[in-house]
Parts: sequence; structure tokens; C-alpha cells
Amino acid sequence: MFAKMILPSATGLKNKTGSWRMGKKPKFLHKNCTGCRMCYLICPEGCVSGSKKNYDANLDYCKGCGMCVEICPVKDIIMVEE
Amino acid sequence: MKQFLEGATSIAKTVALCRPGVIAAYPITPQTHIPEELSSLIANGELKAEIVNVESEHSAASCILGASATGVRVYSSTSSQGLLLMAEVIFNIAGLRLPVVMCCVNRAVSAPINIWNDQQDIMSVRDSGAILFFAENIQEACDLHIQAFKLAEDPEVMLPVIVNIDGFVLSHGYEAVELPSQELVDKFLPPYNPIYKLDPENPLTFGALVGPEWYMETRYAIHHTMLNEVKSKIPKIAEEFTKMFGRKSYGFYEEYYLEDADTVYVTFGSLSGPIKDTIDRLREKNEKVGLLRIITYRPFPAEIGRILSKFNRVIVLEKDISLGHTGGLYSDIVTSVYNYAQNSGISKLPKISGYICGLGGRDVSLEEIEQLYTEKEIFSSKFIGINEKNLGSYI
Amino acid sequence: MIDEKILFTPGHTACAGCGQSLAARLVIDAAGPNTIVVNNTGCLEVFSTGYPYTSWRVPFIHSLFENAAAVASGIEKALKYLGKTDVNVIAQAGDGGFADIGFQAFSGLWERGHNVLSICYDNEAYMNTGIQRSGTSPVGANTGTSPVGRNSYGNITWKKNLIDIALAHRCSYIATATICYPVDLQNKVKKAIKIKGAKFIYIFAPCPLGWGYDPSLSIKIAELAVETGLFPLIEYENGVLTKVKKLKELKPIEEFLKLQKRFQHLFQEENKHLLQIWEDFIKVNVEKYQILEKSN
Repeated sequence: MFAKMILPSATGLKNKTGSWRMGKKPKFLHKNCTGCRMCYLICPEGCVSGSKKNYDANLDYCKGCGMCVEICPVKDIIMVEE
Repeated sequence: MKQFLEGATSIAKTVALCRPGVIAAYPITPQTHIPEELSSLIANGELKAEIVNVESEHSAASCILGASATGVRVYSSTSSQGLLLMAEVIFNIAGLRLPVVMCCVNRAVSAPINIWNDQQDIMSVRDSGAILFFAENIQEACDLHIQAFKLAEDPEVMLPVIVNIDGFVLSHGYEAVELPSQELVDKFLPPYNPIYKLDPENPLTFGALVGPEWYMETRYAIHHTMLNEVKSKIPKIAEEFTKMFGRKSYGFYEEYYLEDADTVYVTFGSLSGPIKDTIDRLREKNEKVGLLRIITYRPFPAEIGRILSKFNRVIVLEKDISLGHTGGLYSDIVTSVYNYAQNSGISKLPKISGYICGLGGRDVSLEEIEQLYTEKEIFSSKFIGINEKNLGSYI
Repeated sequence: MIDEKILFTPGHTACAGCGQSLAARLVIDAAGPNTIVVNNTGCLEVFSTGYPYTSWRVPFIHSLFENAAAVASGIEKALKYLGKTDVNVIAQAGDGGFADIGFQAFSGLWERGHNVLSICYDNEAYMNTGIQRSGTSPVGANTGTSPVGRNSYGNITWKKNLIDIALAHRCSYIATATICYPVDLQNKVKKAIKIKGAKFIYIFAPCPLGWGYDPSLSIKIAELAVETGLFPLIEYENGVLTKVKKLKELKPIEEFLKLQKRFQHLFQEENKHLLQIWEDFIKVNVEKYQILEKSN
């Protein structure tokens, strides 16, 4: 007899952590984006995706830490009220 | 063909026949000859395996845990403090359901430091989820190793197995041993190929954190496996072994002159040898005495209660003590007999005495063993051979 | 939408702004899917594999607090036995799991020269158990077991030097990295996995909860650690210092300290002498790694 303790990959995607946000969410303005990918690279959730100059955060998972806002060199991401 | 070999060498040669892929061990007396012999077999090209000279027993157990999870047959051996250092890893191996096979060359536990034999070390991992075998002699130690791999790796079992052998008595003693052919071992023991393993082709997560809603089932599953799958497979594997290798293997326990006995000794490990000699001497005097030798200690053989309940007297002799209570085997025997009595409704129970002997390598004589047979009083944990001169008060 | 190539997926339960979760994702994405990850007990293991969830898209195993390096040694040998030598093995831990309780196993792994990449995520305390000092907590850090009080200015010891310890083990590749330079971090991982032998990357991983700052500041704090000379970005190949991130000038250490609650007491008059310990440490870094660009 076994307890089913071995997990298949990436089941964590079912755990939507977006509900953790404390009233603010990032807004990607898509105005000045240079496509440097820093927002994609530094998101601790790994929930920023996109290509070229068109990135966005997946709000199902985004915990609203605001690191993408801090890192954006052209201030193309801002925190807004939910 | 029988060869006159040292215990540790025989075990290492037998393990090599089982084709482990990764071996890790750390030097500790009296276990060291096993990894030494395995190292030379690898050095001489007689065994294709990776051996890791780890920096502690904790890492030895962890190393084979990792290799086992990667889908490779693994082996380690240790003694005493080494086993205690491995303890948390052994619990972990069982919890992860990895079929690790190990040999514990039983030795006393510190302090005071003492390298000689007793069986207190293994009691520290008695409740870990590892299957525990005890060998009486070198031949049985070898035979149990081959069966250990088969049992551990059975897809319905997937639990660690520890084969216990008495330090020095069996590890350094010499015996005429029959080592089987590679062909026969290969036939008995198919290659290990688990369904779940660490493999980038199928990325799985092992060792996740679980909360109260999941944890209890993991323990229940191990317990259930011990009491069902392991219980049914041990006799089958022993029978298959007996048939294939032409040498009797008993499985859970061996009965020695039990049929007409009034009084029965119970023990495990190499102590069985002198007890059998004692029984032979007593039988010559027409005394109705026998021995029940425990081979599988975990899972504890369920029939023990039924078997023992019909005798007048049971004498449990062991080389371990749960300080402040009784010997480990004694309390298991009493529990089994009482449980059987409760369930079967029998009212007459045997008188069960518990004796502790041989701690830290203290000699036990045949006379001392025989003397227990005539003892009228009942004890739960009487120490044999205590020298009062060695004792005093703190002040 | 979620990037399908990400090997450490969203849905993990790290605190918002966690430096370690970011670093861990950068590491595994750089190492690629042909990698087995072994993790000591700690925040990362807890927040990424809370049953029935796992964030890992690579084979992952957690056994105990202190044995990831030994488990990884066994995995590497098993892969060798199976002839799968193209699979990377990463043994990773937080600072407590790496530098304290799990250190012996890492020392063994390095000494034996297993082809394994060791990663230490240093957030300078035992965060998973609720912020207690570790062997890599800096002087003055206010933690649960080095609290500030009438008779205490916080942690009294300086950080264990893991880089020098790795050097003494003759690791084939040793590097430091941090989260504000993600490309640099990933390049180091990519470089490390191509080199044979025991490799070590030491990652400075700010912790909003344990250090007491707003989650959005994780990047800023990592940046200040580098720019003050506190955490130099360096690389050693076969014992030779091959790369150092040069700085034009050093930012004052106070800029790094003042953003964090754990150091607020260091600015009180009676504790100002402690700042000297920090300055001295930075001076050693400047000399040892020649951090500053030579002005002509």
C-alpha cells in the first residue's frame, strides 16, 4: 500500500496566488517599453510573460510585490488600485 | 562449493553477486571489512559499481537514498554510532519508500565507548519503517542479503531492509560458506527498475511537505504494507530461495524442537547458536525444551503469540535493553502472547521471563543459558552476569 | 498566460518579493530541463512543494535539512552508473542548510569532486523557522535568537566566508551572484554546468520578511549590497580569480542598512561603533578583489 506522495510536474499552477495581493496590482502601460525583459526576468513568481515590447503579469498568480515596477528602467509599469 | 571465509568478506561477495550500482559506507568497527572487500572487488574489476567514500554515516545513508531514487540498486553497511547517526535518514528512506538494503553489524552504543557486540544499536531504528532481519550465522547472513534485495525492491513493498549480524561473532568469524553462482542470483533477483524515479524524461517531485490531511496515510501505508504485503512475501521469497539455492531459508522464524516442548527459549541473532547447544544438552537429559528463533523482527511475526501461548514457560534472551523498561524482544513477545490470548479466549498463559545478556561484548556461557531453564522466579528484565564489584554510588 | 518554458512555475507560496524564489527560478531556467534538483529543508523546499502542489518542472527531491549534498552525490554516481552523464545535478540550500547544519555534506561533496553544482541562497538567517540567526548572519542583525535588548546589539559574529571555504576545497568553479543582475546570475549557472567537477554559486537573496523592508525593494537592496562593496560579484576558475564586477565608487554602507528594520538600532549613538565592523569588512573586499576601477 502506498500514500500517493510523488507529484507529477508543475501541479503548483493550480494554486492561484493572485488573491494574496493587498489591493494593488501592476499595470503594464505598453508605451515606453524597450523590450529589455527585466520585468520578466526578476518576477519572483515567474508570472510575467510576453515578447518584444509586449509584456504583462498574470494576475492569477501576481502577489503584487511591485518589483517589476521598481526594475523597469523606463517607468512603463505602475502600481494601480485593484 | 563451500569456501572457508570471513563473515564480512562473505557478505561483501554476496552483495557483489546482487549487482548493486551505488555503494556508500563509512568506516566503523566492526562493519568496515564489508566496504573494504566491496572496494577491492571494484578495484579488481570483479564488480561494476560506484562506491562513494562519504564523510559520515549520515551521508552514506543519504547518498544511497539519492542513488536509489535515481533508479539504481544500492547498498550500505554500518554499526553502532554509525547507525544512530543514520537514524533520521533511515526514517526518511522508509517514508520516501526507497528499497535501500543495508547491513547493520550490531555493536554496543556509547557511552562508554565500546566496540564489541550487542544489539542495542538496531533498536534505535526499530520503528523507522525498515524491515529488520537477524542472521544466526554467516551463511544465513549471506542468504538474507540476497532475499533482502528481492523483498525491498518488490513493487508492492518498496521499503528499506536492514540485515543484522552480530559484530565480530559473525563479521570477523570464519565459516564454511556456500556462495551461489552469479547465474543463479541473476535468476532470483531481476534488475531493479522502479516506475517512479528521478528522471528528466518524466520530472517528478519527491519529498514534498505534507500537512495533517496527508501525513497519517503515509504512516498507515507503511504499517499496512508491513502487515500485509511484506508478511505474505517473506515466506514466499524464503521458499523460492530454498528451492532455487537448495538451502533452507526460514522466513519469519525458525522452530527448534518445539513440537513436544514445555519450555521455549526465544532470541534472535547469533545467540541462537549457544542456545541450540544448550537445548541439545538438555534434550540429552530428556528435558522438553526448544527454541523459537526470530529472523524477521520487523514486521513482527504475527503467529508468535499463537505459537508461544501453548507452552508453560517462555525464556526471552536478548542483547538489548529499553532502559527503564524491558528488552525490546521481551515486550514484543508479551504483547503478542497477550493479544493472541485476548482474541482466542484462552485463559492459561505461559510464564514469560526476560533476560538481558551480552551487552558490550560480555561473554554468556552455556551454563548461564542452561541455568535460566531451572530458574523458578519470573523476571521481565534480569541482567545476566552483572559484576557487583563494578558498581557503586555517585557519592 | 504563463511562459511554458519556465521550469519553476508560479503558484508557489513564497512571500511577495522573495529574493530566494526569484533566484531559484533564474537558476533552474538557466540550467535547463535536463537537470535534477536536490533541496535541503528550508523556505524554498517548503514554498515550492507544499503537497499536492509542486512548482518544479524538473525532477526534484527533498530529503532532510542537512543532506542535499550527500543525496546529490548519490544521484550523480547513479547517473554515472546508468551512463546518463549528460544530466546536470544541482544541490541547493538556504544559508542555514548550507553553511551550518548541511555544511559537512557540502564539504564532502566538494572534496570528492562530484560533478554537481552547489547553490547557496543566503538570506542571512533561518527564515523558514521564523528568523533566527545563522552562521551567515552579519554583525548587528536583529533576529529571534540574536535580539536587540538592553544588553545586546543583535548578532555578535560576522558571516562565515563560504567563498574562501569553497576555494580551500579546490572547487573547479566558484562564483557569487545576486538577483538584481539576473542575466549575470544565469550566465554563471550556464557556465558552471558546462564545467566538470564540484561547482559552487553563492547567491545573495534578500528577504523582505526577515530583513524588514517593503517587498518591492528586494532588487534595490541586492543592488546596494553590491554597490557598497558588501557583496562583490566575482568568479574563480580552478582557484584563480578570473572576474570581478568593478565599481566606480563605493556607496556608503548606511544606504544598505537603513532600508532594513533588522539594522535600525545600528544608527543609535551607542551602536555606531558597529558600523566600523561593516566598513572593515568592505575594506577587505575592496583590497582582496580590487573592486574599484583604477582612476587615472
